[in-house]
Amino acid sequence: MAAPETPKTPKPTEATETTGTAGTPETPETPETRWQARAEVSGRAAGRPARRRLLALGTLAVLVTAVLLVPLFAQLDQQLVDLRSAGRPPSWAHPFGTDEVGRDVLLRSIYGLRVSLLVGLTAALVSVVIGGLVGLLAGAAGGVVDRLLMRIVDGFNSLPHLLFGIFIVALFAPSATAVVVSVAVTHWTTAARIVRSEVLSLRGRPFVDAAISGGSSRARIVHRHFLPNLAPHLLLATVLMVPHAIWHETALSFLGLGLPAHLASLGNMINDGQRSLLAGDWWSSLFPGLLILLPTLAISALAQHLRDRSNPRHRSELTL
Amino acid sequence: MTWVRIVAWRAAMAVPLLLAVTFAMFALAKASPFDPVRQYLGDRAMTTSPEIAAQIRANWGLDRPLVEQYATWLGNLVTGDLGESRSLRLPVTQVIGERLGWTLLVVGCALVLMLVVGLVAGTLAAWRRDSWLDRLVTGTAFANEAAPVFWVGLLVIWVFAVKLGWLPAGGLTDAASATVTLPDLLHHLVLPVAVLAFSQSSWLLLFVRESVIGVLREDFILGARARGLRSRTVLVRHALRSALLPFITIMGARVPELVTGAILVEAVFSWPGVAGTTIKAALAVDFPLLAALTLLATVAVVLGNLLADLAYTVADPRVRVLGVS
Repeated sequence: MAAPETPKTPKPTEATETTGTAGTPETPETPETRWQARAEVSGRAAGRPARRRLLALGTLAVLVTAVLLVPLFAQLDQQLVDLRSAGRPPSWAHPFGTDEVGRDVLLRSIYGLRVSLLVGLTAALVSVVIGGLVGLLAGAAGGVVDRLLMRIVDGFNSLPHLLFGIFIVALFAPSATAVVVSVAVTHWTTAARIVRSEVLSLRGRPFVDAAISGGSSRARIVHRHFLPNLAPHLLLATVLMVPHAIWHETALSFLGLGLPAHLASLGNMINDGQRSLLAGDWWSSLFPGLLILLPTLAISALAQHLRDRSNPRHRSELTL
Repeated sequence: MTWVRIVAWRAAMAVPLLLAVTFAMFALAKASPFDPVRQYLGDRAMTTSPEIAAQIRANWGLDRPLVEQYATWLGNLVTGDLGESRSLRLPVTQVIGERLGWTLLVVGCALVLMLVVGLVAGTLAAWRRDSWLDRLVTGTAFANEAAPVFWVGLLVIWVFAVKLGWLPAGGLTDAASATVTLPDLLHHLVLPVAVLAFSQSSWLLLFVRESVIGVLREDFILGARARGLRSRTVLVRHALRSALLPFITIMGARVPELVTGAILVEAVFSWPGVAGTTIKAALAVDFPLLAALTLLATVAVVLGNLLADLAYTVADPRVRVLGVS
């Protein structure tokens, strides 16, 4: 089973791939040969993935370090209101500018990213746990249970996610818990599908047959044979879910239905920024948005890489 | 007739789904700590006698058991009565009727624009694979996929409405005008449609690109080229045509995202459609309106899937002629 050891890809393939593309443009110019050459290199984006992966890892590392360390070292209060320096554009003192009541946008963005990442991670974990359990049950039990559970999955998939989230948060007071629940309730289905199909394929493997004929109980097969093999898929599902969960949190907060206003989440900040936008204050919406964009891009790049490694046929599928 | 079977099957699947969704809404409302009567009374809640509060509760039917409330709502739904919006003090059907057209206008225009942009850019990127054009197009699409649509909307407002002053920042008409005139409407329509189409086009573009690249590797493409057909003919008539088949199904499955996009775009541009009204209904905890809008969106999703299935039977000769998929 392919354990997800990300960092080391075999060097030689990278080298050949690089020479492969370097050679392509030099081939003679008739459309036919160009066309064939392209067909041959097709599938390999040559050399670039490695660089992209490094860039993604670097971005994530910087962001996570900032999120973890800044609150420890910065003696500044991110909620500090300073009306004399309100609405300043980016400068050396405030690299991201200040918002309409004079709070530093950089500091608030880092706190916001912290909140959003935390909520996103929790929501992703909860939905993968729910989805994993349902998928395991459906795959392992089979028959009527399987069909019923998959119908429920289909049902949840035909709900417009954000709308259902809005519905849940509106009826229960806006809070981090409501956001996590609303994301988890609408997003466990992906994990359920992945786990179910994986369990189905595991059930046909010889070692499972061997375990059954050796007299292992259902629980033991699930525990000893299914779970370890499912672990990489669950990990990938979680990683893929995080950006989406962050997106949901920010969207709900932006609409005023997410986290309470005193928590500086990225969505709340963009919501604040919307009010002062017409006065020409672009920085208090731009920078928090960039901090949603960067980790999302980095995580999808990494997840895509993980997926490509585990199944080359899936490389064409989109991550989000 | 395949399509009759498909419609019947889909409809049979949709009924339990819609029942389950609507019942879940009622169950959630029952479990919610929110009290609509208190909200209705507002400041007067302190001075209103409990008897009167109980009377209002009884009038709204809130004191009855969950199943009974739900059954009443369902019965009214069949007769076309969706209750009264608590925040707008208008019949829900009237609220939706006034706004649905505006939403359909934006979503319809955005869909057309998105299809054109996605198909053209995706095919070009696949054809000139790994060129600067491909990198530019796919790079933009990936960034766009990761960027929240409301944020893109705000940036667009800043550039085109605040900085350049070319287009209005939101709304249906100029604040001063009392009637909707066509030039004014078109002027206000540009930004919401562009943002919605742009945000929705990236997945389509990436999908078309991957799909066309995959098809270009097939033998029949090689055959078409061997017969000496022009590149453009091969690309459009052979590759794109077969690459679009899976796209029809995916298109139907993307309706939830379209609803999501519409909600956010209408919120950013203060567009007076049903999707933006959802936010107002949610902020005001206006259950009758919110329930009707959620039902509407779910119906839209079901319809989208149905239409996609039907389109698939028409487009795929294997299904149309042989009846297999």
